[in-house]
Amino acid sequence: MNPLSPQPQGNTPQPVPAPAPSAPAAPKVAATAGQQEPVISNQSSVASKPAAAAAPPPPAPVLPNPLAHLSLPFHGVDYAAKGYHVEAAVAPDQVVFAAEQLDKEGLSLDTITGVDWMAEGQMEVVYDYFHPAKALRVVVRARIPRDNPEIATIQKVFPGANWHEREAHDFFGIRFLGHPNLTPFLLPEDATYHPLRKDFTQC
Amino acid sequence: MLVKEQLKTEISADGAPRETFVINLGPQHPATHGVLRVKMTMDGEYIVRAEPVCGYIHRMQEKMGENRTYAQFLPNTSRIDYLSAMTYTHGFVGAVERAAKLQVPPRAEYIRVITSELNRISSHLVWWGAFLLDLGGFTPLLYAFDDREKILDLLEGITGSRLTYSYFRIGGLYNDVDDTFIKGTRAFVAQMRPRLKMYRSLVTDNIILRKRLIEIGPISKEMCRKYGATGPVIRGSGVPYDVRKVEPYSAYPEFDFVIPTFEEGDSMARYLVRMEEMAQSLRIIEQALDKLPAGPVMAEKVPRVLKLPAGDYCYAVEAARGRFAVRIVSDNKEIPYRIKLRTPSLSNLSLFEEASAGMLLPDALALMGSLDLVIPDIDR
Repeated sequence: MNPLSPQPQGNTPQPVPAPAPSAPAAPKVAATAGQQEPVISNQSSVASKPAAAAAPPPPAPVLPNPLAHLSLPFHGVDYAAKGYHVEAAVAPDQVVFAAEQLDKEGLSLDTITGVDWMAEGQMEVVYDYFHPAKALRVVVRARIPRDNPEIATIQKVFPGANWHEREAHDFFGIRFLGHPNLTPFLLPEDATYHPLRKDFTQC
Repeated sequence: MLVKEQLKTEISADGAPRETFVINLGPQHPATHGVLRVKMTMDGEYIVRAEPVCGYIHRMQEKMGENRTYAQFLPNTSRIDYLSAMTYTHGFVGAVERAAKLQVPPRAEYIRVITSELNRISSHLVWWGAFLLDLGGFTPLLYAFDDREKILDLLEGITGSRLTYSYFRIGGLYNDVDDTFIKGTRAFVAQMRPRLKMYRSLVTDNIILRKRLIEIGPISKEMCRKYGATGPVIRGSGVPYDVRKVEPYSAYPEFDFVIPTFEEGDSMARYLVRMEEMAQSLRIIEQALDKLPAGPVMAEKVPRVLKLPAGDYCYAVEAARGRFAVRIVSDNKEIPYRIKLRTPSLSNLSLFEEASAGMLLPDALALMGSLDLVIPDIDR
């Protein structure tokens, strides 16, 4: 099947993908594997803790979630307000599994970047995806400790991630485990500093 | 491809052990249009591996964004892809307007479309001239710059600038257009149509050009998807992906235009996409001028000190080279917490290593030219 052709929505319901043995689904993720719409928190997910600190969900309109059949905590987002349709905060060991799932859905990798939350001691890794045939922008977020920022590479799923991960390594010092060539990409070849970390001063 | 498979083996065609050598294309080379270096491992005239080395014009635009207010960052957005400055400013002001919930007046949206499409034509004209220069034809560049000059004069009249316009403001535009601009743009549209016809007979149908481009540097749909390639690259591989249609923004839904696509995926397909796009941009400009609404060009009550509510906001536009997206992360201060600029040239170039393996060096330069790279857009 051509992965770029629009996915048949509904007429052949895709089975809930079994977690691949190489990327075990975390229990909290498996719990949301049902078909029901996840609860939408209107709190900014940027400011929320990664482990889904279960803030009391205020009544919010349920937004459409075209990825509800995936066993990942995707939920719909107001596109007009945010500029993307679906997002999910996943555990750091889930990003490869998420990339594989979105690859099967026919999405394409937009970019990978970091956000340094120094006050919280965390580094957020943001994966942007877009669909080449329909209006579907997906954001996958993972939080890793700021003092030891390590996360698996998705370069094997999307070869285009290679450069984006090198750039995130340049700017934030995030180490993408399994990356074949994590050398400076935009910074000078002997750079040892990471300018987008919030504690960066003159080099 | 036979050569591609052969080059993977240790033994060359004449039975001797394969010998390769490394040459550098760039960082200063006429075919790289800027400071891009490509480290090429060659076997004779064939490329075994071509690895782009980026960063020679890196300016850390994203860090600059964390040191100044939203309005102060606006001039930077013209300096990322300097050939397509209007659309880049559009992406940034769009993200800020989305976060601040500002309503841009319809007249301003129409003028944004007109100037963006003029800018798209001027950008494609530079590509056209420079690409043919890469292939050894000097004359088309002079024609292209002749037409582009008219666009630059028009845009200079309303923006005061010829390249880095910074014409869009958060909430609208720097100023309204005048009659000179409207009359001049109509005259330009009327002039440009026969010019595009002439380009077809002068260049596109030329047998030498066709032999240099047809079946050279094929890029599949799947490769585009895996690398996130957008713009004329993905449309030259038969995917009608265009942000103006898929995620419509500004006044684009109000105009009738088509997204040219070609199935072949070779350098000729990417060439034809851009040539066809110029004709479509002329259509959009003409419709926008016909329907141009009256009214203000600046939103009411744009706060002098702009603080965006905490959260992250994205906005994507179709720049001349593909999808340009801005992500603003705000922590409710005057200065952004983080600005991420997703530029199309980076993703489009990232497939070069895979696509160019096994090609002849001059063919790889045709492939690189057909990607329409702007190096400051990659390096930021």
